[in-house]
Amino acid sequence: MSETTFAEEQSSTEVSSSKTVTLRIAKFNPDHDSGQQFVDFKVPYERWTTVLDAVLDVKKHLDHSVAVRYSCRQASCGSCGMKINGRPRLACFTKISELNSDVVTVEPMNNYPIIRDLVVKLDQMFENHKKVQPFLLREDSEITGPTKEFNQTPEQLEEYIQFANCIKCGLCNSACPTMATDSSFLGPQALGQAYRYVADNRDKGKNSRLKIIDDSHGIWRCHFAGSCSQVCPKGVDPAMGIQFLRGYLLGFRK
Amino acid sequence: MRESTIMKIHYATALGAVVLVAVHVLFRITMGSFSGSLEYEQVLANYKFVPYAVMLELILVLLSVHGFNGLRVILLELKQGRSYEKAVTYGCIAGMTCLVAFGSRTILMASMGMT
Repeated sequence: MSETTFAEEQSSTEVSSSKTVTLRIAKFNPDHDSGQQFVDFKVPYERWTTVLDAVLDVKKHLDHSVAVRYSCRQASCGSCGMKINGRPRLACFTKISELNSDVVTVEPMNNYPIIRDLVVKLDQMFENHKKVQPFLLREDSEITGPTKEFNQTPEQLEEYIQFANCIKCGLCNSACPTMATDSSFLGPQALGQAYRYVADNRDKGKNSRLKIIDDSHGIWRCHFAGSCSQVCPKGVDPAMGIQFLRGYLLGFRK
Repeated sequence: MRESTIMKIHYATALGAVVLVAVHVLFRITMGSFSGSLEYEQVLANYKFVPYAVMLELILVLLSVHGFNGLRVILLELKQGRSYEKAVTYGCIAGMTCLVAFGSRTILMASMGMT
């Protein structure tokens, strides 16, 4: 029975014919070039071809010099963030067929210095991430006796769990309009992570973390455009976290 | 001053200004015609009525504090740098103080009949 079902499923799977798409890749080497230039490549694609597959196809067969950062190919590592048809996305998580366009434009993410072509420098994001103390702050630990493990109820876990899904891809910072002008702004990634630990009932460093984000380039510079939450490939809602953090600072939340 | 304190003042002044400006507009509409309220004698009469002059002074302070802090925030987002940020902060405080001083002088002089 199961074999029949499998056979039926196989036959019902539509095998799409190989189509082609124009992949416009932004090329820029800060050491040599004065400005960004777009180079067009015709690449074949199937229904399941991702933008990363297409970029790697170009790199393998048409232009070896295309610089792209990638690793896991399954939206877990957060390496392949880039602007695809004007919107920050993960290249490994974006299928060409879903874009409904004959031309796919890939550019480096906004709000980051470009290293080369599609690769950007994420140092500032990681610096800001470290600034908000992204770890549990408390005197004791799970491994020092007589404490065992820090139990949490499902409700306590629900308070922060979506923020723990952040893969540090930097798409949210790229989409943030404040980050476009304020280079000192902590950014939605760091602020979302600040909320992740502030909302964790095992953490005792709320005051210290709130002090860090309560800065002239901290949480108050967010204008709640919400684009960070729109582009997050893991469903994290940094804009909501930022509003909750403001609640703590304004005294609405304890 | 902590940024959260500044922002609390920012929100409070916005709310206060909305309420007082609403009262001011209601006064203009209910105490005669709106265009008539801009006549010279009518304006002077407003300043000479002390509770109303106090309310105008409050509106001046609330809007100055809110407006100059808003300007400071915009300028801080526009450009960064230690000396620039200090200049913006102190510049906005100075601008706000000058505006409040000049407006208060006008209200005081008019309410005391020094026209």
